[in-house]
Amino acid sequence: MHEQAWEQLPLWISLPVSLLLVLGGCIALIGCLGLLRLPHFYQRIHGPAITITLGAGCILIASMLLFSALETRPVVHELLITLFVLLTAPMVSMLVMRAAVYRDLRKRRARPGTKDGEDEVYPVTQTQSRGDR
Amino acid sequence: MTSLLPLALGFAMSCVGLGILFCTLRLLIGPSAQDRVLALDTLWMCCMLLCLLLGMRFGSMVYFEVALLIALLGFASTVALAKFLMRGEIIE
Repeated sequence: MHEQAWEQLPLWISLPVSLLLVLGGCIALIGCLGLLRLPHFYQRIHGPAITITLGAGCILIASMLLFSALETRPVVHELLITLFVLLTAPMVSMLVMRAAVYRDLRKRRARPGTKDGEDEVYPVTQTQSRGDR
Repeated sequence: MTSLLPLALGFAMSCVGLGILFCTLRLLIGPSAQDRVLALDTLWMCCMLLCLLLGMRFGSMVYFEVALLIALLGFASTVALAKFLMRGEIIE
């Protein structure tokens, strides 16, 4: 029954939905690939931001369009998820980032004079000088 | 042209599934604890996207509520884990 409803969708609604789905899937994949491949933690934190904002946004808009066309009335439930995700994603990344900076600073203070260039010591020199003062 | 939408849905689902695989790899090999927390947060988000795609595939609104619940729980758990990362070692 659902397949028949798909068959009856006009092209001008199925084409943008398909484009948004492909775009959202590609962007989500790129974000996760960045999470896997980038060398430092402070670079890795940028990967999921793409997945959460652009990838989720594209897929949510595609879902809204498809359900509005299937039920022949405007369906805006997905705006709830969009609003919630867009509000909470910066908070989450800020909290994780702050925890990482604190942990790195504490590790540095425990072993003073550690060599630069390893994973945990990335550009936190300004923060460290402010913390020492 | 009628098979365009199932093709796009399958492509998006395989992309998100591959993303889940990458997040799981980072969760397993992540050198530090904050890496694992970040990977877990991304894993929550990818699972939410997969739920939305499944809802579009089967045309039911139940999956939407599942996705909303996953988004809420993922936010709460990541905030709790980040708080633990900041405070857990101070007490020691």
